[in-house]
Amino acid sequence: METAYLIETVIKIVVILLIFSALAGIGTYFERKILAFMQRRLGPMNVGPFGLLQVAADGIKLFTKEDIIPTNVVANVFKIAPVITAATAFMAAAAIPFLPSFTLFGYEVHPIVADINIGILYILGIMGVGLYGPLLGGMASANKFSLLSAARGAAVFISYEVVTGLSILAPIMMVGSLSLIDFNNYQSGGITSWLVWSQPVAFVLFWIAAFAETGRTPFHLIANDHEIIDGFGTEYSGMRWGLFFIGEYANMFFISFVIPLLFLGGYGDGSFLGAIGLLAKVAFFFFFFLWTRAAWPDIRPDQLMWLCWKVLMPIAVLNILITAIVMM
Amino acid sequence: MFEAIAFYLFAFLTIVMFYITVTTSQALYALTALAAGMIFISAFFFILGADFLGAVQIVVYSGAVMALYAFGMMFFDTTREVKEKQGNKYIVVGLSALSAILVVAIFAAPMVSENITAIYPVVDGIGNTQAVGMVLFTKYLVPFEVAAIMLLVAMIAGIVLAGKKMDRSLTTMEEDEIKTLREKNIKVHS
Repeated sequence: METAYLIETVIKIVVILLIFSALAGIGTYFERKILAFMQRRLGPMNVGPFGLLQVAADGIKLFTKEDIIPTNVVANVFKIAPVITAATAFMAAAAIPFLPSFTLFGYEVHPIVADINIGILYILGIMGVGLYGPLLGGMASANKFSLLSAARGAAVFISYEVVTGLSILAPIMMVGSLSLIDFNNYQSGGITSWLVWSQPVAFVLFWIAAFAETGRTPFHLIANDHEIIDGFGTEYSGMRWGLFFIGEYANMFFISFVIPLLFLGGYGDGSFLGAIGLLAKVAFFFFFFLWTRAAWPDIRPDQLMWLCWKVLMPIAVLNILITAIVMM
Repeated sequence: MFEAIAFYLFAFLTIVMFYITVTTSQALYALTALAAGMIFISAFFFILGADFLGAVQIVVYSGAVMALYAFGMMFFDTTREVKEKQGNKYIVVGLSALSAILVVAIFAAPMVSENITAIYPVVDGIGNTQAVGMVLFTKYLVPFEVAAIMLLVAMIAGIVLAGKKMDRSLTTMEEDEIKTLREKNIKVHS
């Protein structure tokens, strides 16, 4: 029994790792294509049909490029930092139910690695740990621009973790559980039972904070775009730089899974249609990340902090208060 | 068997990480190793079935406390090695003797623990989180509320200390305004 469980878990982990590292690569293709179409360009065209093999070409380039460790850097920490980004992104995936449980060759499969009771808390915690990748990378780099962007990134992550945690508290109070599966079952009664109708404020706040947690465009301060430099990744080359990217895109996919599971009914009653519905919602939220990048510029660091501490956090606290009063 | 393997693996990793933290002269190594050690400690909570405490360990220690250390480290040149002053040798001897005694006491503790009974036994059918909540709001209500008040005091003190002249920002000012402020010798946050 125990051995069977172990084998099953290992298979699940390998499948999730493979699928989402591949998706991270394909995600870059989608991003380029969608950004290109929104800006009236064609995007990648030359490698393969519709430029589809561009991902493979990028992969070959990243894997074969020389892995440069500059002088003066703290070598071990410098080498480990990209691994932390990628690893924490995939660790967070352990508590996400990707699909409803289904039967494969007469064996019931639960597409979740570890069905722990505190799924949301675990995911938020691990995403908080994800800040160490950019932070250590920037601090070990012996480059002032890297250090600056690391400091800015850390400030953004820590501040917006507060918003994420507070905004999610009100739905947790309503459902009475920290498990994502319980959240899904609470909303399984069709569109009218979705949490987004009773908690619209929490939904919007969580969505905004998701952009900061993944470091996407309106809050893309971890790369110093205005200094025309790539932030904490400046000193990195080859696959180590690629690992930062895999981590970022995997994070985007996982947060796109978490938002529908929390607020938009997840996979519903667990039917085939529900599973397709979840994937459609994930696709929409991933597309929205790219859409925002095409439509909006970055905001200034002081505006970002103002937005977090003077607007979003008070609204989140008020939302909790009102929810508590209504529930009483 | 898997529990035993997991326990010894994480015990070994935790000890190695904290050993690096104490012995290294490179501040970044110490920071990284300490954060990693904190995460490995949460593994023991997960092995014991205390999921909630495990996740809280990660959130609080690795996510919040260590991040504050990291903020502090931003002001140093972390790529350079730290030269430590070698102080009194007797302190080292005393501390190692003390820790040896502590280790013996920890291993001897189960001998006296046999006649201990739980006042608040585990209730069937409720999860980890609920159990923590019940103990927190019955037996430990007063310490919990006192901690809340202390946090409130710390927060207000922090705002008072840091909040002077926060309404002015160099980023949003025009050049002339900054110049006149400089002439009047008024300090402004950037």
